[in-house]
Amino acid sequence: MSILDVRDLQTHFFTDAGVVKAVDGVSFSLSAGEVLGLVGESGSGKSVTGFSILRLVDAPGRVVGGQINFKGQDLAKLSDREMRALRGNRIAMIFQDPMMTLNPVLRIETQMVEAVRAHDRVSHKAARDRAISALAKVGIPSPTERLAAYPHQFSGGMRQRVAIAIALLNGPDLIVADEPTTALDVTIQSQILAEVQQLARETGTALIWITHDLAVVAGLADNISVMYAGRIVESGPTDAVLTAPAHPYTQGLLGSIPGHGRRGERLTQIPGMAPNMARLPDGCAFAPRCARVSDTCRSSAPEITTFDGRRSLRCFHPLVPMTSSA
Amino acid sequence: MLVFLLRRLAQSVFVLIAMMIVVFFGVYMIGNPIDILISPDATPAEIAETMTRFGFDEPAYMQFLKFVGNALQGDLGRSFVHGESAVTLILSYMPATLELAALGLFFSVAIGVPLGVYAGYKADRWQGRAIMTGSIFGFSLPNFWVGMLLILIFAVELRWLPSTGRGETVEVLGMRLSIFSENGLKYMILPALTLALYKASLVTRLARAGTQEALMQDYVKFARAKGVSETRILLVHVLKNIMIPIITVLGLELGSMIAFAVVTETVFAWPGMGKLLIDSILTLDRPVIVAYLMMTVIIFIFINFTVDVIYTLLDPRVRVKGEAS
Repeated sequence: MSILDVRDLQTHFFTDAGVVKAVDGVSFSLSAGEVLGLVGESGSGKSVTGFSILRLVDAPGRVVGGQINFKGQDLAKLSDREMRALRGNRIAMIFQDPMMTLNPVLRIETQMVEAVRAHDRVSHKAARDRAISALAKVGIPSPTERLAAYPHQFSGGMRQRVAIAIALLNGPDLIVADEPTTALDVTIQSQILAEVQQLARETGTALIWITHDLAVVAGLADNISVMYAGRIVESGPTDAVLTAPAHPYTQGLLGSIPGHGRRGERLTQIPGMAPNMARLPDGCAFAPRCARVSDTCRSSAPEITTFDGRRSLRCFHPLVPMTSSA
Repeated sequence: MLVFLLRRLAQSVFVLIAMMIVVFFGVYMIGNPIDILISPDATPAEIAETMTRFGFDEPAYMQFLKFVGNALQGDLGRSFVHGESAVTLILSYMPATLELAALGLFFSVAIGVPLGVYAGYKADRWQGRAIMTGSIFGFSLPNFWVGMLLILIFAVELRWLPSTGRGETVEVLGMRLSIFSENGLKYMILPALTLALYKASLVTRLARAGTQEALMQDYVKFARAKGVSETRILLVHVLKNIMIPIITVLGLELGSMIAFAVVTETVFAWPGMGKLLIDSILTLDRPVIVAYLMMTVIIFIFINFTVDVIYTLLDPRVRVKGEAS
């Protein structure tokens, strides 16, 4: 049974320069314990998708359409109070920059205890105990002492662990992780990836891992959705998408990752830049950068087609034969 | 930290010396206090005798050197008019001003911070705009006029509060204070409000700007993602972050409230240091004027130190830097 079902989500930003369709018809679903990698370049709308789920899109942005069904209830229909009761409780979020997510003038203890007591009527002592065990779970040494510290007394990696511990505090059903390892150095990055994967598996928490780095989700995600210009252009099981990408954009992303055994080879790059979201081309948004572009691509946008049973694609000229279309 | 404090102290001494020179010669040039102190029909011999008694016959620089010599021993001279030591005289007027400033400070925080935070939270709504427009009145209306208006409304028309004087006082720690008696407090409300109005508008603006900025920070968004209520976000996450600039400004403003409550004290006939200063200027009571301004400088220095200490309490990052150096 799916825990989260996003249907045709539309989040638009109403700016002076016009309406920016940051998220334009995104659909995906997650079952309990599943890890979904949401991949895309900066400005592809992947973070906005994450914030839309928590209803934390800042003005001038607004969710204008679609449904977000979380455990059978449409989040858009909840009152602010009901939504607040879900946030941090059933749906938690981890942010990109650990240096900015913790309040610099409050002790870790304050910031953790309030997250527990926002949802559970427990004593300060009980909330504190829960905080200590959450810190221990994410690998923070001597958590009892560290609880009294301020954020600036932690390194970047440790701060992100604290943020992850806060997300875990109430045993959520879903965690939205918005590039949580991007700001960290590689060694810490892989440690945290391994820990989060283990925690999600142990607790059966579903995870949306937003990243621009395909290499990060390769070992982590069950499924991958690749976003471009506010739309999901390709999605499917991680192995299938990575070994046989169907969309030229996915292939471009894969080609730009340096890897072993490719020494001396030139990295392929995707020509051009991510499009201006306020002035998208008429047809396929990727057309101006695509090597396989045709006149059809420039005049009309491709619809979603499903193939191989579990894969879907938005492209007129797929790289793999679309056999056994379901 | 110690080096920093010592350097600050040394700077302060220079300010004190400069202040002493400017004020002493400034008041010296205004006129001869003898003309005011002695009756017009005194004989030349009497005048000469008085001049010698106060030391006015000596050249200005000699008078100054004597003054400095005495000042170094903690003696800032005797009031020509009251015959008392200038410092004792000022100290006896000080509690009235201090308690007025304290209540004024309380009012400006109690009014300014909630209004400012609310205005920042509702920055784009009419509530926020209304508060901002209102605050313009707060710091553009002249003090004396606000004082008179308050007297007109609350003392003359409504008859709720007394208009002038100090009311009942209670002795606390050797000082006569009216803040602790109900009757005395009634007398303080109008002058304290007058004094607070400008600061309250200032605090409102600062709090609004700070709140707007803090609300855009990731830690606020993260707190929302934790499901923390908006009230708690404003009262804990935002408030603690915006208090640092507010306390800086209030510290400086407290100094000016204590030192320059002259206008308000005059309007409300409040027997504080400001009124003493005005009276002393009118009678050219040089020792009191000089002593008053010197004490003002000392108060400012003291308050700046206190503000630095409060910083370290509010902002843990400052604390660590302090420990490291």
